[in-house]
Amino acid sequence: MFTGLFYTLREEGVPVSLTEWMTLMEALHKGLSGASLNGFYYLARSLLVKSETYFDRFDLAFYRFFQDIETSPELAERVMKWLEKSLPPKQVDPNERKPFSPWDLEELRKALEERLNQQTEQHHGGGRWIGTGGTSPFGHSGYNPAGIRIGGESVNHSAVKVAAQRRYRDFRTDDTLTTRQFEVALRKLRELSYNEEGPKEELDLEGTIDATCKKAGNLELVWERPRKNIIKLVLLMDAGGSMQPYSRLCSQLFNAASKINHFKDTRYYFFHNCVYDRLYLDPYCMKKNSLSTTEVLNNLGRDYRLIIVGDASMSPGELMMPGGILSWDDYNEEPGIIWLQRLFSYFKFSVWLNPIPGKYWQAFYGSESISLIRRVFPMFELTVDGLEQAVKGLKAKI
Amino acid sequence: MDRSAFDSTGSYLVSTDLRNTVNIAVALGRPLLIKGEPGTGKTMLAKAIAESLGFDLIIWNIKSTTKAQEGLYVYDTVQRLYDGQFGDHDVSDIKQYIKLGKLGESFDVDKRVVLLIDEIDKADLEFPNDLLWELDIMNFYIPETKETITAKHRPIVVITSNAEKELPDAFLRRCVFHYIDFPNEDMMLKIIKTHYPDMEKTLLDEALNAFYWIRGINGLQKKPSTSELLDWVQALVVGGISYNRICSDLPFLGVLLKKNQDFEVVLRRLQAGGVQRKTSSTGARRGY
Repeated sequence: MFTGLFYTLREEGVPVSLTEWMTLMEALHKGLSGASLNGFYYLARSLLVKSETYFDRFDLAFYRFFQDIETSPELAERVMKWLEKSLPPKQVDPNERKPFSPWDLEELRKALEERLNQQTEQHHGGGRWIGTGGTSPFGHSGYNPAGIRIGGESVNHSAVKVAAQRRYRDFRTDDTLTTRQFEVALRKLRELSYNEEGPKEELDLEGTIDATCKKAGNLELVWERPRKNIIKLVLLMDAGGSMQPYSRLCSQLFNAASKINHFKDTRYYFFHNCVYDRLYLDPYCMKKNSLSTTEVLNNLGRDYRLIIVGDASMSPGELMMPGGILSWDDYNEEPGIIWLQRLFSYFKFSVWLNPIPGKYWQAFYGSESISLIRRVFPMFELTVDGLEQAVKGLKAKI
Repeated sequence: MDRSAFDSTGSYLVSTDLRNTVNIAVALGRPLLIKGEPGTGKTMLAKAIAESLGFDLIIWNIKSTTKAQEGLYVYDTVQRLYDGQFGDHDVSDIKQYIKLGKLGESFDVDKRVVLLIDEIDKADLEFPNDLLWELDIMNFYIPETKETITAKHRPIVVITSNAEKELPDAFLRRCVFHYIDFPNEDMMLKIIKTHYPDMEKTLLDEALNAFYWIRGINGLQKKPSTSELLDWVQALVVGGISYNRICSDLPFLGVLLKKNQDFEVVLRRLQAGGVQRKTSSTGARRGY
């Protein structure tokens, strides 16, 4: 049943497994959907989707799969006028209910269209025309086991409508994010702190007590590896003019990184469009507050993880030519790309985060320089997903 | 749904889809995983379920140091060592040093209970994986006493998470999931009414108006949530604030906002223009 939905969900990228699908089947078997599309929507969502970040994709898939079952809006609008003045809802004696006879949506729809063509005025309480409080299959507040509800109130919104509203769009992880989400993502760098190598040199008090007690009092010493976070981070941020639209995003990342104190060390430097022979201590990029890049590198160990944040969009000349540096007074002996390659080969692990969404990397003003830089650095979008992948890239070579 | 199904209680108002999800989880005997903004009543839900169904509630609060094993049982080896050294106890019976944890307790009681595993994401990354078998099959083995503890009645397991860590897929596959939405104004009105039934309508309307205005301000680090609104409403009543001052002065703002920067942002916005009064804020609200 509904197997198509399973594949539609997977096509939309909702990670549904067979276990979950079988649970859904079990629930349907027990009648937990309340025999309505609406009940089915919530049942399926609670069993198949395990994170609000996938609600939006679920909605999309659900809508795609079930949209044909919904009345088209144009059709509904015409009929709505007839339904504005309505009778009280029809109360149906359970014994009077017609048994549910098999019906065909196509047929019903055709009948509705036919009747739409014939009907020219309001009808309420009857058994054939479109109206309220009757037993015709069309209208609202009435009773027909196989009817099309047009307007009026249902207990809830129609499931397909709920799905079509896409209320969970904001939760998608491929969207850009808040400081807190950045922190959560950056915290994943902590996994590294489980120092797998290194000598066992700390006395494990609890373990010692346990082991000693189990040996009924004969002292047994247990040693463990110290569990400190050994991650050191260096953040290079582009403070150039083209970064202006992304300044809020970047400051959120900056805040997140500086708030987290679980790194052993965090350093920040700024640059303008591309890294050359000097790095700046603040976003204003004035020469008096700058350090020589070589000096910075000498002071930082190779084990620092390097994150460069920048839009990587500049005229190729700034990247490829000696003297390509943007500011008028300066002259760089070596082209920017050499500096970038130097950075990349110096640090063991490095990534580039780009606030420009990945889908524009090919077709944007900076596409040429982006593709040049991507040949050097692994580049990720500055989104939750992107940052998570980047964190993976900082833990092991991808 | 049958008579024994979960529904809103006197002090906890539940949305239709949350109610259905709870009943689905109960019917399928699966753990219910609840996520949502802080202050939307995740922890309160478990209490409401217990109250509504007439079961006892066992709470297992998770901390960053909590180990899965502690939920099952603890073998108090130190006590046994002491007893052994002083020799005034018979230490040969290990059983007396086995203490059941919260999960073990919920298996061992004679009546069905609701077990709340609160803030599971605080624990170590592997924590949920360590509980897979126990939550699925509902039994565990104690090697020291060669005993197997099996649940006499499957407890209703409610798990809350603040999404500080991703939970492992294998664990998620076994859960029923619900995300508690932030309540819209109509729902919020109902929630406040269940807590303060005698509250004046004008005061309430003004407070809600101001509350949603504050929530709508961009750039707040911590948006106020339901629980803070409830505190605020109470503060307004206790403080005897007249309704026409609420939107203009935002009294007791410290109850709603917990960060200095947020405070400044809101005050600046208040001076710049203040809360836009909705034309419909009195009388014309739909539905009540």
